[in-house]
Amino acid sequence: MRRSTTNDAGWKLGRKLTLTCGLTMLVGMVAAPAAMAGILLPESGGSPNADQIASLYKITLYVALVIFIGVEGALVYALYKFRARKGAVAAQIHGNTRLEIGWTLGAALILVVLGAVTFTKLDSIRNPPNSGPGGLTLTAGVDYQTTDALKPPNGKSLNIQVNGQQYVWRFTYPGGKLADGLDDVYSYEKMVVPINTTVTLDIVSQDVVHSWWIPQLGGKFDAVPGYPNHTWFKISKPGVYKGQCAFLCGRLHARMIAEVDAVTPAQYTAWLAQQKQAISTANAAAEVARATLAKQTGAASVANP
Amino acid sequence: MATATAPPIPQIVAHSTRREEKGWTSWFTTTDHKKIGILYMVTTFVFFILGGVEALLIRLQLGLADNTLVTPQVYNQLFTMHGTTMIFLFVVPMMAGLANYFVPLMIGARDMAFPRLNALSYWLFLAGGIVLYLSLFFSPPEGGWIATVPLSSTNYLPSGGVDAWIYLIHLTGLSSLIGAINLYVTIVHMRAPGMTWSRLPLFVWSILTYAILLIVAIPVIAAAVTMLLTDRHFGTHFYDPNNGGSPLLWQHLFWFFGHPEVYVMVLPGFGIVSEVLPVFARKPIFGYKAIAAATVLIAFLGLLTWVHHMFATPTPVVVLIFAMISSFLIAVPTGVKIFNWIGTLWQGSIEFTTPLLFCVGFIATFVVGGITGVFLAIFPVDWQLNDTYFVVAHLHYVLVGGSVFTIFAGIYYWFPKITGRMLSERLGKWSFWLMFIGMQVTFLIQHSLGLDGMPRRVYEYDNVGHLQLYNQISTFGSWILAAGVLVTVINVVRSLKIGAVAGPDPWKANTLEWFTTSPPPANNFDVIPRVRSLEPMKDIRREIERRTGGGVADPAGARQVVS
Repeated sequence: MRRSTTNDAGWKLGRKLTLTCGLTMLVGMVAAPAAMAGILLPESGGSPNADQIASLYKITLYVALVIFIGVEGALVYALYKFRARKGAVAAQIHGNTRLEIGWTLGAALILVVLGAVTFTKLDSIRNPPNSGPGGLTLTAGVDYQTTDALKPPNGKSLNIQVNGQQYVWRFTYPGGKLADGLDDVYSYEKMVVPINTTVTLDIVSQDVVHSWWIPQLGGKFDAVPGYPNHTWFKISKPGVYKGQCAFLCGRLHARMIAEVDAVTPAQYTAWLAQQKQAISTANAAAEVARATLAKQTGAASVANP
Repeated sequence: MATATAPPIPQIVAHSTRREEKGWTSWFTTTDHKKIGILYMVTTFVFFILGGVEALLIRLQLGLADNTLVTPQVYNQLFTMHGTTMIFLFVVPMMAGLANYFVPLMIGARDMAFPRLNALSYWLFLAGGIVLYLSLFFSPPEGGWIATVPLSSTNYLPSGGVDAWIYLIHLTGLSSLIGAINLYVTIVHMRAPGMTWSRLPLFVWSILTYAILLIVAIPVIAAAVTMLLTDRHFGTHFYDPNNGGSPLLWQHLFWFFGHPEVYVMVLPGFGIVSEVLPVFARKPIFGYKAIAAATVLIAFLGLLTWVHHMFATPTPVVVLIFAMISSFLIAVPTGVKIFNWIGTLWQGSIEFTTPLLFCVGFIATFVVGGITGVFLAIFPVDWQLNDTYFVVAHLHYVLVGGSVFTIFAGIYYWFPKITGRMLSERLGKWSFWLMFIGMQVTFLIQHSLGLDGMPRRVYEYDNVGHLQLYNQISTFGSWILAAGVLVTVINVVRSLKIGAVAGPDPWKANTLEWFTTSPPPANNFDVIPRVRSLEPMKDIRREIERRTGGGVADPAGARQVVS
């Protein structure tokens, strides 16, 4: 935007600085991807699909940076070089067909490449792999269901139902003995899963649209009432992975948090038993309370919904 | 008087014109496209300020982690009102206002095709705005500008706010539909002699495309909100999952309208840029045909990509792939336009006036929005980014860049024509730099907010990682941006009184609106010149120079010379 020409040295210095900063940024991103998560890269590191998405993002980012620097550079250069000066006359050109066809094809080619890269990664992002060694041993009819939803090649995954409700997530684990699943173990807000085990999720909603999202475990999947959605993750490191509802679901949308605790298979089995015990204790206590209340107020008012 | 022997004398047929309406009542009764245009522009700017205040309140609330400045309910109302206002009450009708004022002038017409319908369009729009804003006195809508069902059904949002929103969509939709048909007919039938399609100014091309998109998209949203209204009050179940209805149906209908709406908002901006750049680069537009063709192609492709707003919904992968590829395709003509604009600057003799700065600021900003759009088109990547602040950043780079900056370019460029006075360049440049820097400070960091896991539409967040720092940077920027807007408001008010007198053609521009006086008379042109190229004013100036031997190039005098 400068009009004076005395500033050429400053201009060159500026260009050098830009170049250096750009290079530093590139090197930094290659060298320390973990440090860049949350600034330049999406979060990853929990599950292979999240890692694949992050790597697809990174490839796109490299291409984007080149285009960004090229286009903005050309713009700034044109503004500087062709600023109005005494005696300068604008070239009266109306276009250049070969150049225009060239950049149209160039833009298209870049997108073809990005599309091709996406297709090579799509399978590993969308389709769950088999559970690894050291994972939970999955028994047919107990730990997994054979639905036509997503499943790993060997058909075995720990299938958990994720149910969005204003403003809490409810998780239902397989393994109950009743056909209607009413004795399945469940938990709210905190999902406990075994490591090295492929976990598939059936995501549903019972009121409004919610969106399931644990950034380190892959992308978002909307819970739309009446339309079950599916995703998966497979965690190799024990730990706590946090997230929250990502689709506006009402006033307390911001408070609808979720957490996945990854533990060893043995801890998982123990937790499941303990949770089952806790649920039946609570149910028994509720039964007693209900009976007491019924005595005081009449049975109709305390019927179990 | 005439005798049988007198030779035929060439004469000008005097058109009967309406007498110019005067007095304050004329603003209510007018059917003059210029007065209606001014009504549109002033009204939409008031709504722009209201939407901006809502945005500042949103940013204040997010300036601190776990802030309690506003309640969750008020917060949801704020972002719903902000989005709805900016889209339906600012950008789209502002483009309608600019089109109203300048399309007839640029094509050499004396008014729009249907002047009374034109007035109806404005008053319907105003009624829509009043209906929405009256809800402030009971309960404003809080379902987001997307009003997704089932949240916006009476089970979850029983208040009348959603109904006010529905009537806003109906009223402004009808206004846009009537206005679009009017603009379409005007452009097709009322062009000056000699103005072929290949001599149509690019702003007019973009408005033609804007009109067609509105005609295609508005009926869909009108149907969608009608079903929402009957679901809410008359017991139908179009969207009710418990009674055979489909919440996904709403999303499809809404985005079938919602995506073309994005192009309704940015294509006229592209048109403004395509007018302003050649004037201040003193060079013809680079690749006129490519830009016109790209405009039409973007609009067509824009009708195919709505599912990219729904990548996280349970939708078959093949549909997602279709939406990804069609979104990629849009990037090509959009990129072509950007290259053509840079090509227009290339080898020019660039004068850094305020309109040019806003256009260049638009290109620099829009490039970022375009590039992040490619990230979002890749649906596995979108699974991470969708519904986070990354999307908020993306859409503001597209709309603040593509619509706000271009509208400001248009204001600075055309203010002399509308009022007869120049805006202050000094204040204009202050305004530009404050807005440009404010915009980058506010929204660049929001990409990182999204990557760091902050979803959009949340009234609070925990202070983990850098969330609070990033949010504070963004809040800080929003005030710089607001200061920039304020400078332009001051500039406009000040220049109305004391601005330098502009004359008919202060910029030495290319198109026909500069052929008439500033402000133009009620009938626009006493004589409509024959158009012989894309840049008729250049021809006229050259002709004057030829006839006066390189004397004054004053198009006011040109009217006598040419006639």
